[in-house]
Amino acid sequence: MRRAVLTLSAVLAGLMLGLGVSSTAQAQDEIGVKGTLKDQEDNLIAGAEISVTDENGTEVGTATSADDGTWSIPLEGPGTYIVALDESTLPDGLLVRNARPQLEVDVSDAMRTVLFPLDTELDPNAQPPDDEEPAEDDDAEDEPTGADDEVEPEDEIAPEIEGAADTTRAVSLLFSGLHFGLMIALAAVGLSMVFGTTGLTNFSHGDLVTFGAVMALLFNVAVGVPVWVAAFGAVAAGALFGWLQDWGLWSRLRNRGTGLVTMMIISIGMALLIRFGTLFFTGAARQRYTQYVGQEPWDFGWLVITPKEVYTGLIALAICTLIGLAMMFTRLGKATRAVADNPSLAASTGIDVGKVIRLVWTIGAALAALAGVFLSINDGVKFDMGQHLLLLVFAAVILGGLGTAFGAFIGAILIGVFVQMSTLVVAPELKYVGALAVLILIMLTRPQGILGRRERIG
Amino acid sequence: MDWHFIFSQALTQAIGPTMLIYAIAAIGLNVQFGYTGLLNFGQAAFAAMGAYGLALAVVAFGFPFWWGILIGLVAAVGMALLLGIPTLRLRADYLAIVTIAAAEIVRRLARATVWAEYTGGSDGMRGFSEPFFAMSPYNPDANWQFGFISMESGRLIVDFGIVDLQYSSRDLWIMTVGWILVAIILVLVGLLVHSPWGRVLKGIREDEEAVRSLGKNVFAYKMQALIIGGLIGAIAGFTFALSRANVQPDTFSTDFTFYFYVVLILGGAARLFGPILGAAIFWGLYNLLAQGLSQGIRAEVIPPGLLNSTQVGPLVFFLLGLGMVLLLIFRPQGILGDRRELMLDVR
Repeated sequence: MRRAVLTLSAVLAGLMLGLGVSSTAQAQDEIGVKGTLKDQEDNLIAGAEISVTDENGTEVGTATSADDGTWSIPLEGPGTYIVALDESTLPDGLLVRNARPQLEVDVSDAMRTVLFPLDTELDPNAQPPDDEEPAEDDDAEDEPTGADDEVEPEDEIAPEIEGAADTTRAVSLLFSGLHFGLMIALAAVGLSMVFGTTGLTNFSHGDLVTFGAVMALLFNVAVGVPVWVAAFGAVAAGALFGWLQDWGLWSRLRNRGTGLVTMMIISIGMALLIRFGTLFFTGAARQRYTQYVGQEPWDFGWLVITPKEVYTGLIALAICTLIGLAMMFTRLGKATRAVADNPSLAASTGIDVGKVIRLVWTIGAALAALAGVFLSINDGVKFDMGQHLLLLVFAAVILGGLGTAFGAFIGAILIGVFVQMSTLVVAPELKYVGALAVLILIMLTRPQGILGRRERIG
Repeated sequence: MDWHFIFSQALTQAIGPTMLIYAIAAIGLNVQFGYTGLLNFGQAAFAAMGAYGLALAVVAFGFPFWWGILIGLVAAVGMALLLGIPTLRLRADYLAIVTIAAAEIVRRLARATVWAEYTGGSDGMRGFSEPFFAMSPYNPDANWQFGFISMESGRLIVDFGIVDLQYSSRDLWIMTVGWILVAIILVLVGLLVHSPWGRVLKGIREDEEAVRSLGKNVFAYKMQALIIGGLIGAIAGFTFALSRANVQPDTFSTDFTFYFYVVLILGGAARLFGPILGAAIFWGLYNLLAQGLSQGIRAEVIPPGLLNSTQVGPLVFFLLGLGMVLLLIFRPQGILGDRRELMLDVR
């Protein structure tokens, strides 16, 4: 598994490095598109069908990949073409990783290389190939981490077309960044509100995201309901889980006067519980819902975007707006802000602080669950998806100002766009590094964040 | 079920090389968290500094072994300065978030393909440990017997009848060096925390403002604690890298740090021997559970529908996470600790 990751990453990196080189190195007399199909374990894929259509929709050429995975389609002249890979001709279980089997390519004066990143939809029961050295007894500790060696969630990167127009790529990345930012925002609002009302930095919040995704998987795959119904179920389950956590654990700890540092470490324990519980039931492989996996994108010329991204993004935006309005104008929202400001004062004015915190936990966990469902509609469900998201959520919350709901929203959008746009200049595998470096830079210069007040950091 | 094997494994591991890694890293954490109250959630990154400093220096740049050790230690100090300067003036949870982020940056940089020709990407590096094992006095072909202790072609077997301990000659050398290091570090840390310097650290943990009002430079003391803890973390990294004869980026995940916390809290924070006891129990218990469950599946005591062998790892870590939560709720001071010393709060 580890080797597979390395080779896929190497392919990706080579692709990035090759951007400038390949177009000049090609023979100038031939015009067309070509590529090599291989899965993430570098197995060459033969017999897959690829077709090219021009802007008017007429098919101008097809090809079938040869035994060594290569294919090429000569074209008559320069122009914009759609290169489509017929996913049904791929070997079983294989699909295009970014769910974009159709790529728009500008062909000018040479052979263009078009790559489709392929990914195996692993059989959940299959054991990961064990290519580690003969396990010594004390090596056992590597098991949970050794299993998660799939490529980091780079799935959202724009179609990997060599020589694609930079502006198109930038626009696509901007939109994918906005979408990612909205997902972070859904998770961040809960984290920020819990911190605001209780002072707890909840390290298990990322795993609430995973919880939502897994619940939807359960409803969708095991029960068999459509994804949109499963999403409602997952949000309800998330809300219930948040309510139960506060009822069974956190409220009791608060009443006992447990220190915040102790609670913070307990939240880490909770994170481990949820994560390894998930791993226990779902396995280490990435799993996908039954619907919307390979969706045909809308092509606006300047932007290629899948409908699922548009819809999930809009729903997330609507919910964030709704939460913001509720915080501003409803009694409950005002009470929440009062508790965040000063719990004792809020209690003395007749606000039931415990009830408000319970509500914050319930809503926060429900929103995190929703973020999990939306994210895994794109990328599939994996037991450590929330863990990786958590650090970005922290970055968003701190950028916006710890404890402020609006700051969290702004921070999330900024971080999401930054993460995606940064792939224009750095390798996609390093995009999270940039975001985390920003987090440290904010600490250095403006630790209270954009909307935070200086007194909060004491 | 082979109960003899299960208990022998657990006991062997409870004082074995891996336990030493956890113990040393947790001692470093004890200086930072136990005595000073600094929430360093990036101890894995300090260990990675040590491990990767050594491996990169020896494998990629061809430096001698001892230079690699030095480079690893310098890297850990650099990391402590880098993390400490922005965050030590802020509240405790900011340090927690920054260190966790920094640890993730280190891991992702280490597995990046951009410089994989030096770091090996996610495959990591090997081939730096030969000078270390060349120093080993243990003969890999030795054969002798002395009472219940015997050596069979380099494998030490201590037979207590109901259980036995077994170590390869490489493990023996790691353990010899590791336990000597633990002893030295414990003496040094013990002297430090019982000195006036150590009392200032505890003062910072209890009430930072009070210490500041006494004219102490709180920032400098915190920074010193972070550096010393980080250096000890780097030593744990050396032990880790040498005992496995390789380094791999994904072993330095944030989970690694959390297990150091489990070890520290289990044994008792702010207690000199807490990390040692915690590491022995943690790693012994892990092996007991993991081996017991695997044996149970193999002997079909546990029906395969209930649990299969790939689920053992997650289940054991689930149980350890549960244990950690319950421990913190019901006995936050651990086994050796003093409850009054762990009433920390974010200020």
